[in-house]
Amino acid sequence: MNTPSFIFISVLTLAAALAAASIKKLIHAAFCLVAAFLGMAAFFFLLGAEFLGLVQIFVYVGAVAVLIVFTILLTHREEETATTGFKWSGALIAAAIFMGLLWTILQTPNLSTDAPLIEPLTVKKIGEVLMTDYVWPLQCIGLLLTAALIGGLILVKEDRDES
Amino acid sequence: MTGEFLDQIFVSTKQWLLSLSFLRGAPDWLIQIASSLLNISAVLGVFLLLFALISVLERKILGRIQNRYGPNRVGPYGLLQPAADGIKLLIKEDIVPLRADKVVHFLAPIVIAAAAILALGVIPYGRNMTPFVIDGGILFFFAVGSTNELAVFMAGWGSNNKFSMLGAMRAIAQMVSYELPLIIAVLPVVMVVGSLSPDVIVAAQGKYTFGFLPHWFVFTPWGAAAFILFFVSSLVESNRTPFDVPEGESEIVAGHMTEYSGFKYATFFLAEYFGMFAISGMAVTLFLGGWHAPIRWLEVVPSYIWFFGKLSVLLFVFIWIRGTLPRMRVDQVMGFAWKFMLPMAFTCIIAAAVWHYQAHGLAGWLWSFAVVAIAYFGLSRLVEKKKFAARTYRFAE
Amino acid sequence: MTPTLQTFLIVSAALFSIGLLAALSRRHAIFILIGIEMMLAAANLNFIAFWRFSSQTQSPTGVMVAIFSIAIAAAEAAVGLALVIAVYRHYRTTNINKLDQLKG
Repeated sequence: MNTPSFIFISVLTLAAALAAASIKKLIHAAFCLVAAFLGMAAFFFLLGAEFLGLVQIFVYVGAVAVLIVFTILLTHREEETATTGFKWSGALIAAAIFMGLLWTILQTPNLSTDAPLIEPLTVKKIGEVLMTDYVWPLQCIGLLLTAALIGGLILVKEDRDES
Repeated sequence: MTGEFLDQIFVSTKQWLLSLSFLRGAPDWLIQIASSLLNISAVLGVFLLLFALISVLERKILGRIQNRYGPNRVGPYGLLQPAADGIKLLIKEDIVPLRADKVVHFLAPIVIAAAAILALGVIPYGRNMTPFVIDGGILFFFAVGSTNELAVFMAGWGSNNKFSMLGAMRAIAQMVSYELPLIIAVLPVVMVVGSLSPDVIVAAQGKYTFGFLPHWFVFTPWGAAAFILFFVSSLVESNRTPFDVPEGESEIVAGHMTEYSGFKYATFFLAEYFGMFAISGMAVTLFLGGWHAPIRWLEVVPSYIWFFGKLSVLLFVFIWIRGTLPRMRVDQVMGFAWKFMLPMAFTCIIAAAVWHYQAHGLAGWLWSFAVVAIAYFGLSRLVEKKKFAARTYRFAE
Repeated sequence: MTPTLQTFLIVSAALFSIGLLAALSRRHAIFILIGIEMMLAAANLNFIAFWRFSSQTQSPTGVMVAIFSIAIAAAEAAVGLALVIAVYRHYRTTNINKLDQLKG
């Protein structure tokens, strides 16, 4: 885990996230969000969880981002873009929370150790653990995803009997 | 032995290049970067050449299917046509619509080409010849393929054109629907082999029964069904006929590529063909035994020749289907995916499990074949069938 | 200076507060959802950073929690965006200041 790659990825991710939070035009903000997700996947690769990085690209970039841009397309109105403004109270609260978190992190002792050397986490190990220790959370996630699918479909179904 | 030498000729060339005198004292990360760059340039060089060749061969084969010559003016038998095409596309004026979103319009072909080229990096092209060995190689391939949808949306949105947007929506709807059968058709292979790495999957198909029957997965009942599902889904993912509603000229001008001219159109074209190469390469790796020879005694022929031979056969079938079948309607495409292919893909998993747990014996083969056959006939009865009138032929007098 | 646990935590805290910024200070409903997704991803980064730097890394607990968290985030994004579409269909606006019919 070397320093130049860490600095490069973190600068990229934070810049993309800031752009996503502050750009006025919605579609550009959505694409900057995609860049931020890719940066986070790069972080996961750097930290040695390769499977998770790939799942992040698959789910966040391939599914959540596509959902977001589709919704932007379906709810797009030309005159709305002029009135989407910026509230400064939100920025103050976010800055305050960041200061609070920073203070907590810097106060905690024993956080400056270097990373221990581990063997890379293979997909086989993840599969074994998923099927033995975590099988009940897996079933719950299956139920949750089914419920979300059905719920999403019901929410966007048009009522045919009302004109 | 010359067989061994020819087989590993590219690997030994790369190792010789990396051990040249001026690189000997270099730090470790520099050697790694040089090695990756050599891999990348080799893959790009080979596939750009293949792209040029296939673009002219496709037109010639389509021409022969339609009983005419293809391009035959430029060079011997028309084989230098890609050079002429390239020059034409490069010198065309690059037109961007006035109210188009400039950044998005510019980035869309780049993202789509980058995704297609990235997918080429995990396929094993020969013995020890995988450019990047990743533990979850198959997952990487599909993750990169799923960024295609976003790039198509960028192309459609950035053009500020209703036809482009409509074409992009149709393309995305098609791609998303067929991604599910594509990935679920791969699951039986991963389940039986027990690993997501393409190298391990190819190695698991390397045994021969009686010396001449290879253990490729396409020769098993579930493997044949899964291969057909994978092949049809790959036709859809690359927007080829009979599923090319997003790009058909008589349907929607050129769909999401309408407002692109010159080199950007060439980039879209390149991305489509590279996507075809990547997904055919994955089909060869998963089902057709990768770089293994069909008979044990033919193993003296180098492994990459077998890989590219099988790849060429699959590409020829792509072109053949394009010349033969008409275009499907959008609702037919969607109905086919959700009502037939998805349940069929699930039964492939069940059939593979049955085959695997009978310890590959004869009972396993018969039960597995029974599961696939019952599912196929049941599903084809359930999906809507319209009754057709008896065919009448009218000949010219 | 090799990256330590502290630097990773600072980066994920920064991402979290940027997501909070997006969620609190924009008026368009989809911007708020973008902020929420960013906050969830920052929390995932935190989990993985702690997993990597812990002394006993044979058990992939951090990775498991992050995988489930990604699945939950995807489900929640789907339902949230379906809600935005349904609300838009009814009120023809996505400005959250205009969605105030329940106000007393």
